[in-house]
Amino acid sequence: MIQKIAGWMDHVLLGFWKSFFEFARELGDIILFATSSIRLSFAKPYRWTEMVRHMEFVGNQSIGIITLTGLFTGLALSFQIYLGFKLVNAVNLVGPTVALGIARELGPVLTGLIVAARAGGAMAARLGTMRVNEQIDALDVMGVNTKQYLIAPRLYAAVICMPLLTAVFDFVAMVGSWFLVVHLVSLDEAIFFDKIRQTLEVRHINEGLFKAMVFGLVFSVVCTYRGFNTTGGAKGVGEATNRGVVVSMVMIIILDYFLTNFIRVYYSLIGIPA
Amino acid sequence: MIENAISLKDVWKTFDGKEYILKGMNLDIKKGSLTAIIGFSGTGKSVMLKHILGLFPPSRGSIEVLGHNITQFDKNQLTAFRRNFGVLFQGAALFDDMTVLENVCFPLFEHRRDLKKETVFEIATRKLKQVGLEEKHFQKLPSQISGGMQKRTGLARALALDPEILFYDEPTTGLDPILTEMVDNLILETHKAGQGTTSVMVSHDLHAAFRIADYVAMLNAGQVLLYGTPEDFFKTDIELVKKFVDKGMRHQ
Repeated sequence: MIQKIAGWMDHVLLGFWKSFFEFARELGDIILFATSSIRLSFAKPYRWTEMVRHMEFVGNQSIGIITLTGLFTGLALSFQIYLGFKLVNAVNLVGPTVALGIARELGPVLTGLIVAARAGGAMAARLGTMRVNEQIDALDVMGVNTKQYLIAPRLYAAVICMPLLTAVFDFVAMVGSWFLVVHLVSLDEAIFFDKIRQTLEVRHINEGLFKAMVFGLVFSVVCTYRGFNTTGGAKGVGEATNRGVVVSMVMIIILDYFLTNFIRVYYSLIGIPA
Repeated sequence: MIENAISLKDVWKTFDGKEYILKGMNLDIKKGSLTAIIGFSGTGKSVMLKHILGLFPPSRGSIEVLGHNITQFDKNQLTAFRRNFGVLFQGAALFDDMTVLENVCFPLFEHRRDLKKETVFEIATRKLKQVGLEEKHFQKLPSQISGGMQKRTGLARALALDPEILFYDEPTTGLDPILTEMVDNLILETHKAGQGTTSVMVSHDLHAAFRIADYVAMLNAGQVLLYGTPEDFFKTDIELVKKFVDKGMRHQ
């Protein structure tokens, strides 16, 4: 019996270490993949046209969905906070609470999740299809540096567009909040804006935009890595897309916590209350 | 003046450290020749081709292409050196978000930045006409043209930079007999028009290999079993070659 348990524990431990080393190896691969792609982007020929094309896809084409989700997030969040604050007679604080929550947390996180699902998924699927159809091999044998041509412009597009989309999300969510607070539950408009002005600072918005940039880098690196290294035909493309999107989303949520703490530590180091 | 365009010397390849796909392969492909690589499935034909293209590094051995040992090249040197190659892939590997004309222009825009846009379009148009594609298809996407037209476009793209070596990776697999003959003839015509271009064709199609190739190499178990002219293949005493040729010719 004891031998059986020891054998089982050995098996579990071996599995754990195997998974751990596999994870470490893959993480190393992803970091090398991202750094080499970024390094290559500084070499000629510069891929401006490609970058703008991907910015149009990641940025412009996401505005609709970001606006829609931002608006309803603002409405729903404000309504919930209003219901809660009404119990403690603090409805005047709905505006600033929503503003802080949106600017620092929900704006970058929800934008990250939506754009990772939409643009990240498309990146992984597109690169995966190019891989299995030998289009990446074709670029390779044509003497085109595939990381420079296919990966770097996508990474830059995501890093540049994510803060812009987050700003759009923040603004639209606050419009939703204003509409609910002022027009649906009829609170005072002047108090709504005055309280926000007293509480929300530019640094709070910048925090969110900084997080958005990091999330943009994370999902674009993970999804392009998955797509670029796709194997196994159509099934492989599906798996690469699925894993790329799921890993990106989980990483965005986990990273958000660590970034929040990192920013808090940074503020305490420079003497600003968080 | 180099005699061989491609020289594989004792090339070994393993992906997992256990099983070897290439087992000490030696092969010299003469400059200016049209060489067909044939063999059973899984004998290392495509792996060998990818080694010559520099897509896979050998586990050991050396590969000389146009007098350069490409196994000693770093990634950037290899990328630059590949401008000497033109490749027609099995599925044509056209960029599906570009039109036919844009596909052929692509390598020119990449490597001939000194050329004006009009000149690039002019060259691409000439190449597309050379492979027999009508102008009315130039603005179509690859998904809007037939398999045969896709092969023609792929070939025109491979020819765009006037490469020193043209590779054909199973160019007729999956095509009907009429298209197969058309592609074979196209390869032969392109090779003749190329004047000095070395062509390497990996193929399952023995009829085509013996009809259009100057030399044929048969691979088996990661090695070259026989390299010679098509006549050599009909005269050989090697049992496996005789069996392969006999069955292959009868089957097709």
